[in-house]
Amino acid sequence: MSLDKATVARIARLARLRIEAQDQERMVGELNGILTWIEQLRAVDVEGVEPMTSVVAMDLVLREDVVTIPGDRDAVLANAPAKEHGFFVVPKVVE
Amino acid sequence: MAALTDLTISEARAGLRARSFSARELADAHVGAMERARELNAFITETADAARAGAGASDARLARGEAGPLEGIPLAIKDLFCTKGVTTTAGSHILHGFASPYESTVTANLWRAGAVMLGKTNLDEFAMGSSNMTSYHGPVVSPWRRKGSNARLVPGGSSGGSAAAVAARLCLGATGTDTGGSIRQPAAFSGIVGLKPTYGRCSRLGIVAFASSLDQAGPLARSVRDCAILLGAMAGHDPLDSTSVDRPVPDYEAALVRPLKGLRVGVPKEYRVDGMPAEIDALWRQGVAWLTDQGATVREVSLPHTRHALPTYYIVAPAEASSNLARYDGVRYGLRVAGDGVDGLYEATRAAGFGAEVQRRVLIGTYVLSAGYYDAYYLRAQRVRTLIARDFARAYEQVDVLLTPTAPSAAFAIGEKMDDPVAMYLNDVFTVPASLAGLPAISVPAGLSADGLPLGLQIIGRAFDEETVIAAGAALERAAGFSHRPDGIAP
Repeated sequence: MSLDKATVARIARLARLRIEAQDQERMVGELNGILTWIEQLRAVDVEGVEPMTSVVAMDLVLREDVVTIPGDRDAVLANAPAKEHGFFVVPKVVE
Repeated sequence: MAALTDLTISEARAGLRARSFSARELADAHVGAMERARELNAFITETADAARAGAGASDARLARGEAGPLEGIPLAIKDLFCTKGVTTTAGSHILHGFASPYESTVTANLWRAGAVMLGKTNLDEFAMGSSNMTSYHGPVVSPWRRKGSNARLVPGGSSGGSAAAVAARLCLGATGTDTGGSIRQPAAFSGIVGLKPTYGRCSRLGIVAFASSLDQAGPLARSVRDCAILLGAMAGHDPLDSTSVDRPVPDYEAALVRPLKGLRVGVPKEYRVDGMPAEIDALWRQGVAWLTDQGATVREVSLPHTRHALPTYYIVAPAEASSNLARYDGVRYGLRVAGDGVDGLYEATRAAGFGAEVQRRVLIGTYVLSAGYYDAYYLRAQRVRTLIARDFARAYEQVDVLLTPTAPSAAFAIGEKMDDPVAMYLNDVFTVPASLAGLPAISVPAGLSADGLPLGLQIIGRAFDEETVIAAGAALERAAGFSHRPDGIAP
């Protein structure tokens, strides 16, 4: 299977990654190089093999459903590139 | 007495307790070495003041007889571990200016044991790389040089800054993380010891996530004993990481003196890959002889799915990375680049913040997880991963550990192998399978290449049997007697 420019543009959109027009060709080539290489897995017989979900056998742990981290708004906002009145600032999303 | 920067952790520990020198003197010596070696670009952030203050507190505890197991030991921390109030970059532009409001569990464990932080070390961006060439903060220069050449070499990656700092005597030990070989390969390239523990042995809380089912923290140091000491302090159950395992941490240092008699060592025949340099093969045979001489029995074993490990890894790891890296949105922390609307903000921020290799992996990961391709790529890779883990389980019915080379070559020059991503990925051919199976493994410096560069041998063990890995690693270390030092170290 080979990716074309339109598919790469679609994936980039899904990944919220802007790819400049002049970089598209190079990206298509590089991604196809990697994909062609990983295609070799098609030759492996995986009939009846369970997909791995956990590399070390362990039970899923549960804890009490209680707040364990204090709600320190200033600490949470300290790294925000834009903040106002104790909130994160984003571009307008609702008209 | 040897220079303070030449000591091992165990020697420094003894010297501090005997009051032969103070923690402050030890810190000063390393701060000086770190500052003189800036051309290596091993550190992204130096924390000299914190190191001196921490050493002063260590001296007070030593005087009161309250020393922790790592009291006063100066360490470098891979800049993938969150450290409270000190910037954490993950080698990426997208975390521009980020200072974590909390401390990673592993580093908190080290500080509780008395260790002192010298600084945060350079790494491939988000730990994605085998050369340290993908860092936003520029490549790390290895302190090693080829015989008769001044070409600047890579220290390996992704824990390249940590490996270079340990090899160049800028710190006594360092933390690393290993997703597909990122502790072991730079350890081999830099002539030091690197230990990747079993998945779940160390908490991942506060380590910037790359591929969550593979990421594992571990130590880099100049002896197997030092790695055992560091692992003992780093490991342990953490209720805040649901994949952290709740079992006691053994006395890893005690495992060093275990006799090798009766140890069953496997040599996986599939690791004898096409085009492997003769000197790597010769070193591997030498390793077999060293272990046999000390009482181990060595036999060939088969891991039939070995050749599928790399392509499996390059589906699973990018898939998990594309999901983990979705959090970098330009809103809550780090870089923000304006765009058209909120989607435009995301797209512009991520395009400017992620480097080329990270972008490639995010796109590959997004593709293999996307509707219509999930079964063909991701689910199939997870099935092959089961087969790879099963290969190891079968081998461990016959043997206790496996012996392999760590990497298929010695270090290469800065700039080499950069034009073909797949050629770069092949660096990890011997380290990725154990990562996919979650197994502990150590790289021990075992000899020099014909052009004078370090080569490593790898021991892979059973899950949670770091002790046997350490015992076999120590046996290789004793036999190899590797005492070569890089030329390019600070005076």
